[in-house]
Amino acid sequence: MEPVRRIVGRALPLARADVDTDQIIPSQWLKRLERTGYGPGLFEAWRKDPAFVLNDPRYDGAVVLLAGANFGSGSSREHAVWALLDAGFRAVVAPRLADIFRNNALRNGLVPVETDADTVAKLVDTVRRDPTTSIAIDVERSTVEAPGLRATFVLDEFSRTRLLEGLDDIAVTLRHERDIGAFEAKRPEWLPRVR
Amino acid sequence: MGTTLSEKVWERHVVRRAPGEPDLLYVDLHLVHEVTSPQAFEGLRLAKRRVRRPELTLATMDHNVPTNDEPAEEISARQIEAMARNAREFGIRCYPTGDPRQGIVHVISPQLGLTQPGMTIVCGDSHTSTHGALGALAWGIGTSEIEHVLATQTIALTKPGTMAVIVEGVLPMDCAAKDVILGIIARIGTAGGTGKVIEYRGAAIRALSMEGRLTICNMSIEAGARAGMVAPDEVTFAWLEGRPFAPKGVQWQQALDDWRALATDADARFDSEVAIDASALRPYVTWGTNPAQSVTIDGDVPDPDALPAATRESARRALRYQDLTPGTPMREISVDAVFIGSCSNARLEDLRSAAEVVRGRHVRSGIRGLVVPGSMGVKADAEREGLDRIFTDAGFEWRDAGCSMCLGMNPDILRPGERCASTSNRNFEGRQGPGGRTHLVSPAVAAATAIAGHFALPSDLR
Repeated sequence: MEPVRRIVGRALPLARADVDTDQIIPSQWLKRLERTGYGPGLFEAWRKDPAFVLNDPRYDGAVVLLAGANFGSGSSREHAVWALLDAGFRAVVAPRLADIFRNNALRNGLVPVETDADTVAKLVDTVRRDPTTSIAIDVERSTVEAPGLRATFVLDEFSRTRLLEGLDDIAVTLRHERDIGAFEAKRPEWLPRVR
Repeated sequence: MGTTLSEKVWERHVVRRAPGEPDLLYVDLHLVHEVTSPQAFEGLRLAKRRVRRPELTLATMDHNVPTNDEPAEEISARQIEAMARNAREFGIRCYPTGDPRQGIVHVISPQLGLTQPGMTIVCGDSHTSTHGALGALAWGIGTSEIEHVLATQTIALTKPGTMAVIVEGVLPMDCAAKDVILGIIARIGTAGGTGKVIEYRGAAIRALSMEGRLTICNMSIEAGARAGMVAPDEVTFAWLEGRPFAPKGVQWQQALDDWRALATDADARFDSEVAIDASALRPYVTWGTNPAQSVTIDGDVPDPDALPAATRESARRALRYQDLTPGTPMREISVDAVFIGSCSNARLEDLRSAAEVVRGRHVRSGIRGLVVPGSMGVKADAEREGLDRIFTDAGFEWRDAGCSMCLGMNPDILRPGERCASTSNRNFEGRQGPGGRTHLVSPAVAAATAIAGHFALPSDLR
């Protein structure tokens, strides 16, 4: 994973609640074997509507998605995160993100910015009034800023470090291989083995 | 102060704990399927890593497989072949299509006795919460986490909160486990369980069969919860005893002693509690595009203006998508298709309950009825009881095991605008095929709806 320190750029005001991962990337796209190339499938059904905000050229090049509460609910498909990254997004701002989506985002360097609903609403208003507004997200300080607005978001220390350093999770865990081996030696005999 | 079931299972699996870091948890069983795993295996190959514990890993094929005699389309076949190839290369046991043990991953593992109380179980599928019905702590993970578990047999996670959903009282005759969980989600909402493990408690939960409990835990994720659990009891032990992977002999006794100690202590506290009166529940039908948007079958399509302000906009959107008019009685809504299947409701008890309703009757003309058993094992059991004949005589198609029309990855999809009564777990826009409209119901209501042509209870049928 590449390190992520600061994200600066335009934002797309999606502003819908309960957007599930089937909307973010429909299941037909899940037949692929790769991690890349999902951008064209992002919000595929909604994009057929010319009035859908992702079709609005004023928001071309947006790097921040301004989402509603419970964004990313439903399926565990990491393809939802891959599709957002592939389409150029680097952060998702919402009052609350679904658990699995949030984990998947962190594992891929898509910054999950959970902040209060009032801040999200103000950001949506701002970019609707002026789509060229630049929003800045600082991972180290856990802040999101727009002209006349500065808010913080919740990010635990460990996740922050991982984003800032772009750590390989598996390599980090394998440093504790001795602990894993010690645990395995004490597991009860009756636990099932697939053989 | 005592601890809860989920906390006990969590604590037993902590490999490493350090200040300011998530816990490193050991994974007892990793279930793998063809759709979310190829990129994880590719990651292992690129980093020259192996699977740490192949014997704690089981793969099958379910999401993408055909459920009839047609060959898989080329792109799906590629994914199915990749699963077989990856399993071979990394030394993992795989039950492929054509194997009598193949089926939906969340149906086969409990059926084989692989899912046991007190275990940690993960899978690249959000409905992994299903396994909590046996007192396991089980949750869905993404592909990066799959790769991590394959390489390390562990997962790094922050400890979730705890939530009790207490269902007391006796469930009315025509209510099933599906109605209990739809009722719970209607009450707490699609994000009511976010960041928490739900423990389902109370007399009405204890009274459910294992299959009913699997249905309830399955849909925990539809309430946003990390996982759902039921404390193991005699129902659990009776279900497990004698299954292929269940402990035998002396080990069975040791396991029983261990499992009996898992229940939440009397003096334990949950972060939050919700009480539900089972006797007040009715069969539910969803009207909208998330599982919390439901009414009882006696109800009408709601008027968004009469709903709480925060939910109005999504209700309006949902009604537009579903092409429904506020005030329409649910029983007057007719359907084009009926799907009986999925990891929510495709176990033997579910098929029996639907067969009981359709026996000697016929699917309403013009309706496509599909019965897709959750596993080839369930299919064989059902055929031994003659359920296949009851369904086919009534005009249903009787298929092989797979996820099928639950998520529309194989050719079993709705056409745009078609309306479906479905025993699955998600009524999201386009879930069963682009433009398709889904209404979630229990197997008995799905069956009665297929006969009546509109939403109906078994007792509505003449």
